[in-house]
Amino acid sequence: MEFTITKKAKNVTMLLIAVGLLLTIIGVVMGMKDDHFLTRLLSNGLINGFFFFALGLGALFFLSLQYATETGWYASVKRVIEAVAGYLPYGIGLFGLILLIITFMDGAHIYIWMDPETVANDEIIQEKSAYLNIPFFWIRTLVYFACYIIFLRGFRKRSLEEDKIGGTELHFKNYKKGAMFLVFFAVFSSTSAWDWLMSIDVHWFSTLFGWYTFAGMWCSTMVVLVLLTLYLKKLGYLPKVNDSHIHDLGKWTFATSFLWSYLWFSQFMLIWYANIGEEVTYYMMRIENFKVLYFAMFLINFAFPMLLLMSRDAKRHSGILTMVGLIILAGHWLDVYIMISAGSLGANAHIGALEIGMVMMVCGFFLFVILRNLTKAPLTPVNHPFLDESVHHDI
Amino acid sequence: MAEKVIYAMYDDDDVLKDGAKKLVSNGVKISEVFSPFPIHGIDPIIGVKNTRLGIMAFLYGLTGLTLATYGMRFFMVVDWPMNIGGKPNFTYLDNMLAFIPVTFEFTVLCAAHGMAITYLLRNKTLPGIPAQNPDPRTTDDRFVIEIRMSENHKVSEEAIDKLLTETGYVEIDKKEIK
Repeated sequence: MEFTITKKAKNVTMLLIAVGLLLTIIGVVMGMKDDHFLTRLLSNGLINGFFFFALGLGALFFLSLQYATETGWYASVKRVIEAVAGYLPYGIGLFGLILLIITFMDGAHIYIWMDPETVANDEIIQEKSAYLNIPFFWIRTLVYFACYIIFLRGFRKRSLEEDKIGGTELHFKNYKKGAMFLVFFAVFSSTSAWDWLMSIDVHWFSTLFGWYTFAGMWCSTMVVLVLLTLYLKKLGYLPKVNDSHIHDLGKWTFATSFLWSYLWFSQFMLIWYANIGEEVTYYMMRIENFKVLYFAMFLINFAFPMLLLMSRDAKRHSGILTMVGLIILAGHWLDVYIMISAGSLGANAHIGALEIGMVMMVCGFFLFVILRNLTKAPLTPVNHPFLDESVHHDI
Repeated sequence: MAEKVIYAMYDDDDVLKDGAKKLVSNGVKISEVFSPFPIHGIDPIIGVKNTRLGIMAFLYGLTGLTLATYGMRFFMVVDWPMNIGGKPNFTYLDNMLAFIPVTFEFTVLCAAHGMAITYLLRNKTLPGIPAQNPDPRTTDDRFVIEIRMSENHKVSEEAIDKLLTETGYVEIDKKEIK
């Protein structure tokens, strides 16, 4: 069945973009005279650029995970995953642009290791400069982007081809490419998190930071997939998706929430226990400037899905899923917000019209792109070898 | 009181499933199905309710959580305050982070063992309990439907026999059990 964007959805996305733009302009006018304004503007760009890019990337990862494990049940929601992954080129454009502007501004107090003057007076950064320097940073960034785009295009092309010709040849090719992507992603998900996010707090390091970022991104992606599937189902699309598919997506949300909480806690507890000066600074900064927000964010992302999504019935209830999903999506946005703002602005960070406006704007754009991606292909794949299994999915 | 029980044996789980559907739609109550492996989708056909093991798992987990918290507070703070790495040892709350891994492990331990033992008890399959299956072959490659006449007052034995013949069993056995 072909998907058409409803008038209401179009209006809502346009309204989100318009109101977001308005609030951003108000925020810009209000905060222009502020000393830290440029850093604030750019770190907001970075937050939203990264957060929505990560949603697309999470969907690409999830898709390749399904290919590599030859999963059956997901076949009837495959196009939903592809639509979210299809935001990736736009996400890369936006995120890459922000990174480029920051680079040209010598780091804009966000990546202080990009500023030659700071580096000249900072021994710790000097010792890291073999890895953290602008040319190598951009080589890595471009390699990540290129890898993601190449795999995304390949998956999408073969998926549409499969609709026409069917057979298992394409399936086995997807299987190989999916496994290959996971190998690349295993390395890139960690190193890219170090480059883009951990290098903001340049003196500090944590080896599990990459997994922590990745878990947050995966969890947010699963929420988006659940919400989008429920939305399409409500409009009467996806007739082959039954309660069991929704239940499985709910389980993924539940499980990845735990993964994220587990990694957050592992990082926090080890640093708290060892209590070494170089390591605890990261949390001191967060506790001093974002105490309520930081721990509330953890509780929201951990306790909410744990208590509300634990029972089988809750994972099949669209109302509960939507409510919990929206709350933890906001929670994970806050996570990224604190990750970036604490290092770049510290005590000067606060959520105002600019922050809310920019997230609304990018969210509207994100929704518009994924809805448009949905219209480009039949919502249920025609010749997927596991389609029959997916139709009879029952748990 | 002696009771008449019919055992119909099949050599394919799909044949059994279709047969069970047919019997149930004609008003026959199937009291049990024996199979070497779980037959997917048989539960709603013969009217087995959803398992409540999950609720028990939650309760066992909660028990573990409480026990671990209480125990560690007593061992490490109240009875003999432990000085580990100079962490505050006079309060549980300030030290809670260090106790969370153990609390988590104990919660999982209690939930897992509680569930396993409950499962074995409920199914009467604890070691030493005599086997319930009517024929040893149901642990190998045969599938059996059990129909108790005491649960089927509305349908006569002849009618059940006739229905069973149509379902394509490979063997039928009738027993009087106490």
